[in-house]
Amino acid sequence: MIAEAGHYALVLALALALIQSFVPLIGARLRDPALMNVARSTALAQLLFVGASFIALVTLHVNSDFSVANVYENSHSMKPLIYKITGVWGNHEGSMLLWVSILALFGGLVAAFGNNLPLSLRAHVLAVQAWIASAFYLFILITSNPFLRIVNPPIEGRDLNPVLQDIGLAVHPPMLYLGYVGFSISFSFAIAALIEGRIDAAWARWVRPWTLMAWIFLTLGIAMGSYWAYYELGWGGWWFWDPVENASLMPWLAGTALLHSALVMEKRNALKVWTILLSILTFSLSLLGTFLVRSGVITSVHAFANDPTRGVFILLILCLFIGGSLSLFAGRATSLKQGGLFAPISREGALVLNNLLLTVACAVVLFGTLYPLAMEVLADFKMSVGAPFYNLTFVPLFALLLLAVPFGPMLAWKRGDLLGVTQRLLAAGVAGLVVIAIVWGWTRGGSALAPLAIGLGVFVIAGAVTDMAERTGLFRLPFMTTLHRARGLPRSAWGTAFAHAGLGVALIGIVCETTWNSEYIATMKPNDVAQVAGYELKLDGLLERQGPNYREMIAQFNVSRDGDMLSVMTPSKRSFTTRGSSTTEAALLTRGASQLYISLGDATAEGAIAVRIYHKPLVLMIWWGPVLMAFGGVLSLSDRRLRVGAPKPARAKQRLQPAE
Amino acid sequence: MTLWFVFALMTVAAIFAVLWPLGRGARPDNQGSEVAVYKDQLAEIERDLAAGLIALPEAEAARVEISRRLLAAAGSESARVPTSSLRWRRAAAVLALVGLPLVAAAIYVPLGSPALRDFPLAQRGRGAGSGTAQSLENLVVQVQQHLEKNPADGRGWNVLAPVLERLGRFDEAVRAYRSSITYNGESAERRSDLGEAITAAASGVVTAEAKTEFERAHALNADDPKANYFLGLAAEQDGRKDDAANIWRALLAKAPADAPWRPLVQTSLARVGSGGVTMPALSDETIAASKEMNDGDRNAMIRSMVERLATRLKQNGDDVEGWLRLVRAYLVMGDRDKAQGASTDARQAVAKDSERLRQLNEGLKTLGLDG
Repeated sequence: MIAEAGHYALVLALALALIQSFVPLIGARLRDPALMNVARSTALAQLLFVGASFIALVTLHVNSDFSVANVYENSHSMKPLIYKITGVWGNHEGSMLLWVSILALFGGLVAAFGNNLPLSLRAHVLAVQAWIASAFYLFILITSNPFLRIVNPPIEGRDLNPVLQDIGLAVHPPMLYLGYVGFSISFSFAIAALIEGRIDAAWARWVRPWTLMAWIFLTLGIAMGSYWAYYELGWGGWWFWDPVENASLMPWLAGTALLHSALVMEKRNALKVWTILLSILTFSLSLLGTFLVRSGVITSVHAFANDPTRGVFILLILCLFIGGSLSLFAGRATSLKQGGLFAPISREGALVLNNLLLTVACAVVLFGTLYPLAMEVLADFKMSVGAPFYNLTFVPLFALLLLAVPFGPMLAWKRGDLLGVTQRLLAAGVAGLVVIAIVWGWTRGGSALAPLAIGLGVFVIAGAVTDMAERTGLFRLPFMTTLHRARGLPRSAWGTAFAHAGLGVALIGIVCETTWNSEYIATMKPNDVAQVAGYELKLDGLLERQGPNYREMIAQFNVSRDGDMLSVMTPSKRSFTTRGSSTTEAALLTRGASQLYISLGDATAEGAIAVRIYHKPLVLMIWWGPVLMAFGGVLSLSDRRLRVGAPKPARAKQRLQPAE
Repeated sequence: MTLWFVFALMTVAAIFAVLWPLGRGARPDNQGSEVAVYKDQLAEIERDLAAGLIALPEAEAARVEISRRLLAAAGSESARVPTSSLRWRRAAAVLALVGLPLVAAAIYVPLGSPALRDFPLAQRGRGAGSGTAQSLENLVVQVQQHLEKNPADGRGWNVLAPVLERLGRFDEAVRAYRSSITYNGESAERRSDLGEAITAAASGVVTAEAKTEFERAHALNADDPKANYFLGLAAEQDGRKDDAANIWRALLAKAPADAPWRPLVQTSLARVGSGGVTMPALSDETIAASKEMNDGDRNAMIRSMVERLATRLKQNGDDVEGWLRLVRAYLVMGDRDKAQGASTDARQAVAKDSERLRQLNEGLKTLGLDG
C-alpha cells in the first residue's frame, strides 16, 4: 500500500503540475486573480504529493520491501539504517525523485513566501516551474519509475554500490541538487519576465536571494563532492576534470556570474538583459549536467546508444527548454526596458569584467567536456581532455579574474577611480610580494609559478581585509568608532569580503597541495617503517574485522615525528560479498591544514600489503575556501535590507555608456 | 479496498487544491508592486545616511535616481486593474473535477500494480514465500547471512555448497566449496566436489583449474570415483581417448557392483571405446552443452581446449595426429600465424623420426599449409 500510494501521489503531482502549467497563464492574460492564484495552491499541493511520494520511497527502502524493483536493486536488508536512507538517492530513479522533490520544494517556497511579488509575475513564475516539473514527472514515470513492482519478490536485495556506502552520499547529492534545481527559480523568473515583456524592481529584488541560495548549496555540494572523492576513492586526488565534475562546475561558474550581474541589477537597475540571459544559461547548464550524468552518455556514447530511452527523453527536455527559452529571449529581449548608465571604470564595469571572465571560463569547461563526446560520436575516436588542457586555458583566465577581484568591491558605483583604488590596495600588493619572496627563498623544488600563485592568493585575501579596513576606518579612526561602524556595516559587505577571501584561501591550498605533496608507495610488511615528509609511519600489523555487510582488513600504523608518538592511523580495505567488490577506506591524519593520507592496496601472500602514503601540505585549505565562500553567501543572504547602490555624483565630465 | 479509499482521498485533496482559490473570488491580495519596492529603497537610503554608511552627496544622487524610477513606475501601474471572468473559472473547475482524475487514472493504471500488497522484510519470515523453490532460496539466503557473520563455520559451507550447485548457482557453489576446504580442511571428496562445480560453471568443460582439483583429489585418494571419472573426461576432452578408456576401465574394475555411477561410466566408456578417430575431440555432452552456449562462451570453451592441446603437445611432441589437429584448430579459428608457428614447432618435435615427419608434412599439405 505504501508503494502504490507513493506511486499514485507522484501521478497526482504530475496532474497538478499540468494544471499549474497553463491555468495561471490564462489567468494572467485575463487579469483574473482567482485563476492566477491557482498557481499558488497547486504548487503547494504538488509539494505535498511529491513529498509524500519521496517519503514513501524512503519508507520502502527502510523496510527493505524487495517487491519494489528499485529497493531490490539498490538495497540490502543488512545495510546500516543511514545507508538504507541515503541509498534512496544513490541510484538513478531515486535521485530523479529527489530532483523533482527539490523542484517542488522551491516552487512551494515561491508560492508560500511570494507575497511581495506582483500577482502576475508570481503566476508566470510558478507556471514556468510547472513546465519543468511536468517534463521531469513524465520522465520519471515513463523511463525511470522507482515504484515498479516485482510480483515474486526476492528475499534479499542486491546491495548499494559499496563506494556509495559512505556518509558523503547523505550530504553531497542533496546539496548539489539544491544548487542545480535552485537555479530553476531564476530561470523561471527570467522566462516570466520575457513572457510579460517587462522586468521591474521587484524582479531583481527576488532573483538575487534565490540565486544566492542556490549558489551556496552548489558551492558546498561541489566542495563536499571533491572531499568525498579525495578520501573515498583512495587516490588522494580531489579534482579530476572528469565530465561529471565539470557538469557541476559549469553551472557554478555561470551561477557565480549571475550572482554578480543580479547584484548590479538589484542595486543599479542595469545589466537587465544580460542577467536574464545568464539566468537562462545557468539553468540550461544545470539541465545539461543532469543529462550528462543521468543518460549514461559519459560512461560511453555507445552504451548510451544501446539503451537510448532515458537519454533521448532528457535530450528532448534539454532541447525543449534551452531552445525554447533562448528563442523566447531572442524574440523578446529587445522589448525590455534599458537600465541605468555607468562608466567603464566603475563597480558595474568591474562586475562586467567578472562576468566576462567567468562566462569564458565556463565556455572553456563546456568545450573540454563536450569535445571528447563529439569526437567519439562523429569520429569514433575515444579521447579525454584532462588537466593539461585546463591548465593552459582555465587557469590563466582564473588568475586574471583573481587579480581583478580585490579591485571590484573597492570601486565606486557608476564611476570609479582606478588609481585611488590601486593606491589603497598597495598594502595588499606588498603583502603578496613579500609572501612570494618568502616562499621563493624557503621552499625547494616545484614549479616556478607556485610562489607567484601563492602571492596572488595572499593578495586576494589581503584585498578583502583592506576593503573591510577601509569601510570600518580601521587605523584611521578610534577603535571604538571602528567597532561601531563594523557592526553597522551591511552584512552583505561582510559576505563579499568572506567569499572573496575564500577564493584566496582555496587557491593557496590548491597550489601547495599540487606543488609540494609527497608520496610513498611501497609494499610493507609488519614492523616496516616508512618515512614521508618528516613523519615516520610504522606498520604495526594487519587485522581482520567483520562489519555489518562487509569484512574489512585493517592496517594499523603508528605515526611519529622526531621520535614523538603522534597518533595511530587505521586505513582499511572492505570487501562486500553481495556485490563481490571492495572499497578502500583511507586513513587521514590532520595536522593543522595539512594531512597525512594512507590508502591500502592489495595484500600479497607473504602477509605484506601495498601501501600508498601521501603527505599533503595545506590540503584542507582547498575546502576551507569554499566553506568560507558559502559562509559569505549566508551572511549576504541573511541581510534582508533592500539594496541600493548609491552612485558617486559626477565631478568631472565623464562619458557614460549604456549598460547593455 | 483501503488502497482505493486512500487513492480517492488523495484525488479529492488534489482537486480541492485547484478549486479552493477559484472559490475565493477576487480578493485584492496584498501583492507587491514596483512602487512599493522603490518606496522601500528610498527609506533605505535615509537609514544608510543616518547610520553614516553613505555620504550626503551620494545619498542625494541615489534619491534622485530612485525618484525618477518611482514616477515612471507609478505611471504604468494604474493601467492594471483586476477583472474576473466566470466562464474561465468554471472551465478551470471542470478541468480539475474531470480532467485531473482522468489524467491520473490514465497514467497510473498502466504503470501501477494496485493488486500487489507491500512486502516489508520484517513480515516476510513466516510463510510469505510460495512454493518450495521460494522457501529453498529463502533458506539459502538465511544460511548465507549466517555465514557472512560467521565465515569460519565450516559446517555451514558444507551444507550450502551442494544446495547452490543444485540451484544452478555454480560460481557461488565454487566459492562455497573453497571456503569449505579452507575451514574444514582438505579431503578427496571436497576437492573433487570443487572440481565438479568448476566444471559445471564452465558448462561441462574440465578446465585446467578443475583438472588440478581432481588431480589433488586423486593424490589424496587414488580410488575417489568422482576424481577418476572427471580425469577420464578430461582425457577424453583432450582427445586422449585411450587414456580415458583406461582410467574408466580401472574405475569400473574397482567399483562395487551396486555403485550408482556405474551406468554413467559405462556409457562414457562405450563412447570412447567404439568411436574411431573423430577429429574434434568433443564428447557428445560437451557438444550438446556448446550448442546451448552463446558464441562468446563457445569460443572461450574451444579456445581453452585448444590451449590444453597445445600444452600437452609441448610436453610430448610425438603425437602427429595431435599436431595436425592443433594446426587445423588454429586455421579454423582464423589464426594463420599461430597455425604456422604450430607447424614449425611440430616439425622440430618430430624431426628425429623420418616416418612421423613424412606423415606430418603430408597432413600439413592437405591442410593447405605450405608444401
